[in-house]
Amino acid sequence: MVEIPYDQKDHPVTGVYNAKLGIWLFLASEVLFFGAFFSTYILLRIGAGGIAGSWPYGADYLNVTLATINTAILISSSLTMVMAWASLKLQRFTAFQVYFGLTILLALAFLVIKGFEYNEEFVHGRFPATSTFFAIYFTLTGLHGLHILLGVVVNVYHLFSAPAIYRENPAKMANRIEVAGLYWHFVDLVWIFLFPVLYLL
Amino acid sequence: MSAEHTAEHVQQQVRTYFIVFLSLLVLTVVTVAVSRIHLPVAAGVVVALIVASLKGTLVAGIFMHLFDDRFPFIFKVLIFSAIFFIVMIALFLFGYFDTFASERAEVEAPHLEESH
Repeated sequence: MVEIPYDQKDHPVTGVYNAKLGIWLFLASEVLFFGAFFSTYILLRIGAGGIAGSWPYGADYLNVTLATINTAILISSSLTMVMAWASLKLQRFTAFQVYFGLTILLALAFLVIKGFEYNEEFVHGRFPATSTFFAIYFTLTGLHGLHILLGVVVNVYHLFSAPAIYRENPAKMANRIEVAGLYWHFVDLVWIFLFPVLYLL
Repeated sequence: MSAEHTAEHVQQQVRTYFIVFLSLLVLTVVTVAVSRIHLPVAAGVVVALIVASLKGTLVAGIFMHLFDDRFPFIFKVLIFSAIFFIVMIALFLFGYFDTFASERAEVEAPHLEESH
């Protein structure tokens, strides 16, 4: 098999291994992707008569309790993700599997709770077409939810491919989890801003 | 060059990860509690964004190793994202705070809606 260069060693030009550079480039584009929607939110809100204008208070329509629980769930999943990586670095493979499995379960819990939230809105007849507020609410949380779902798919793949790769090359597996982790923490970071902006302001 | 994530170094970091995790939970409670006391909207926005930025810094700095690695190349990539992001946000905020322009528009076309 042909060796892929700099998949573990740091590249002399960039100072990081190539996968890490790749994920950071992707995350840089993700900042702009979500940034454009945050920017849209500001325009819509200011257009509705200024910051304190006729814009609805999120908590009057959305379930803040469920969203707070979801925030705690995502923060916990970030911790288990970084601990999964640290466990690989410390050569504790079983601990890695536990932490990584927990990360996936927490992500699924987030999606289930989000589903209950959406259902609550639909029952009350609130859809993306209902108002500008719900349009931007469903767009932002929907896109964020898709990112969570993508993370789950990638992480499930890593969970099942890990034993074979770890046996052959532990450093390679640790790097894979570091890259998956960078994506995961970014998704957590987006939620940290979405939560106050949509629910609390 | 990025800092070496040796086993020893990682072992030291684990404690930090748990402290960051607890700080993030506390800050989440703080931001929800502040929203309950119904500050004036502008003050509420400022407080919520300060708390969120603090949480974001902890996640990016500690969990994503940005404080630790200090690899200049990635900062060069990120600085462009940061600049474009700030411009995207600032454009609309400038428009909002540009009261001079709206006052002038009022002078030039007073009570436009009453003319028909």
